[in-house]
Amino acid sequence: MSEIRKARVATASLAGCFGCHMAILDMDERLIDLMSKVEIDRSPLTDFKTFTRRCDIGIIEGGCCNEENVHVLREFRRNCDVLIALGQCAIMGGLPAMRNAIMHSDAPLRECLEEAFITGRYIENKTHNIPNDPALPLLLDEVYPCSAVVEIDYNIPGCAPSGEVIHDTLIALLAGRFQGFERERIRFD
Amino acid sequence: MSEPRLIEISPVTRVEGHGKVTIHLDAEGQVDEARLHIVEFRGFERFIQGRLLWEVPVIVQRLCGICPVSHHLAAAKAMDAIVGVDELPPTAEKMRRLMHYGQVMQSHVLHFFHLASPDLLFGFGAPAERRNIFEVLREKPELGRRAILMRKFGQDIIEATAGKKIHGTGAVPGGINRNLPIETRDAFLAVIDDMAAWANDALALARDYTVENRDAVQRFAAFPSHYLSLVRPGDGALDLYDGNLRARGSDGSDIFDQLDCTRYHEVLLEDVRAWSYMKFPYIRSLGPEAGWYRVGPLARMMTASVIDTPRAEAARQELLASNDGQTQHAILANHWARMIEVVHCIEKIRDLLHDPNLQGTDLVAKGERRQSGIGVIEAPRGNLIHHYEVDENDQVTYCNLIVSTTHNNEGMNRAVKDVAVRALSGQPEITEGMLNEVEVAIRAYDPCLSCATHALGQMPLQVELIGPDGAVLDCRTKDP
Ligand code: SF4
Repeated sequence: MSEIRKARVATASLAGCFGCHMAILDMDERLIDLMSKVEIDRSPLTDFKTFTRRCDIGIIEGGCCNEENVHVLREFRRNCDVLIALGQCAIMGGLPAMRNAIMHSDAPLRECLEEAFITGRYIENKTHNIPNDPALPLLLDEVYPCSAVVEIDYNIPGCAPSGEVIHDTLIALLAGRFQGFERERIRFD
Repeated sequence: MSEPRLIEISPVTRVEGHGKVTIHLDAEGQVDEARLHIVEFRGFERFIQGRLLWEVPVIVQRLCGICPVSHHLAAAKAMDAIVGVDELPPTAEKMRRLMHYGQVMQSHVLHFFHLASPDLLFGFGAPAERRNIFEVLREKPELGRRAILMRKFGQDIIEATAGKKIHGTGAVPGGINRNLPIETRDAFLAVIDDMAAWANDALALARDYTVENRDAVQRFAAFPSHYLSLVRPGDGALDLYDGNLRARGSDGSDIFDQLDCTRYHEVLLEDVRAWSYMKFPYIRSLGPEAGWYRVGPLARMMTASVIDTPRAEAARQELLASNDGQTQHAILANHWARMIEVVHCIEKIRDLLHDPNLQGTDLVAKGERRQSGIGVIEAPRGNLIHHYEVDENDQVTYCNLIVSTTHNNEGMNRAVKDVAVRALSGQPEITEGMLNEVEVAIRAYDPCLSCATHALGQMPLQVELIGPDGAVLDCRTKDP
């Protein structure tokens, strides 16, 4: 086939709420048009659980709260030419990073786990243990922004960024003419 | 086949959030254990302590990007109680309802079309590269386009009532911060007939699937359970925004009924089990073994006495009749129930848009301050409970959340096991399509694994985090 190769895009949701992936879908009808220019590889929106080949653009939602997030993020860096941090969680840690700094607490993570599993009022925990199993990835003591772990090429701010901003940024990047954001498009909510 | 084996499905895709499945096969290739794990942990109940009460509805929704409105409204309802408001001004209540119906509609459409439909349209065992919404857009462009526009309609309603499509700010303790301008209303009314017609088609699609594949549907991860939801005070009708708790047994009899939401902890308890990671809620009086139950669209069809909008009620009657009047336990019928609710939401939205109260200007009520508040709502995925206590400085001192997906924990794990045993046990070769079948069972619950994340986790053993420049950022060792 001699048609121009479509750009390959992969996405991942790390320690995020999936809202940034919803924002990708908020491109609405523009998605139909975009699909003539790109194809989606590894992504929670498809059933590709690993990369099928190298991708042009990787989009990351969420920061890193456990070892698996770190692993996935590094895989994305290795397999994508351009890596985008989408939304506040990926850029700065976002809501999950609220657990990094609990007022008057020396062991915020432990307190969070104890509240959830041991000291909570309406729970029945006969063993008084926090559940533990090899199937669960290890938690990091803090939630980290993506840029603390790998190099990030572009940040798209917002919580969540609008579908419009995501669309326009992708189109501009694909055409090689991305110039940054106009002031009114830089939002933190 | 001489060694026991461990099969992982990771991540579970086309669901919201982060989960994985582990399946243990014994030396004979029989399924020994199969479980769904949620692999993240937030700790929300702890880190929200100290935050100010008015911040909570805005912060808490960031647990979940698919159903932020549900968390936003459940928290706002709890804060209404804390600021002493038992009855909102009509404009506020109706704006919130409009927001909620928009939300339930967009979430159901998203689940049915964007996430689950490839399984139903192309088959559970279709090649992985076909099983996604982008392929639906290519192969069934008209269906795909309608899916996009229906979801957009719901999202636009949320934007009009909350200010933003994802993580808005509409509801405030005691009320709402805006009304609906006439022009916005008219723009919605201009397309509502299309939405109603398309919703009917989607309903027919889900119904026909369930009826045509009746035998398969009745075999697929179908088992009896109890059901729990809110129902309207008095007549027990379906009410997604407000009401009392009703639990019905697997045989259709009431376990409790018209129970005030503030008493949820008298009837529900959450079990923590050493071998699992998500808590297991159960009905106290029945105990942890017999007291588990399910929530969500199918549960609501089983608990509600009636639906107060005509088309949805007719559709519900058809669903009930399809199983000879018996309680419908087949989880794939959840898709049908979901589409009935889409029809219901559009009927409700239409009625609300014609209500002049939406242009009212009395937006916030005040009352006598209280210490604690409990807000319960029917989120798209089922019952959602928010419980807060606040001190005299307006700071949160206690928080407990029970989210829909946690209510369904036992049901989902049983479904995973059921399908794994049937599809995988004794098979000489395990194919990708068989594993997708396990995911289909999870998807039928439309789990929101982000929401469920807030209260899951494990103790870390040791982790080192190395930055892009090779420096060790963090090293953590498990406490003895
Ligand atoms: S940035 Fe906001 S919308 Fe995106 S994942 Fe984080 S909380 Fe969700």
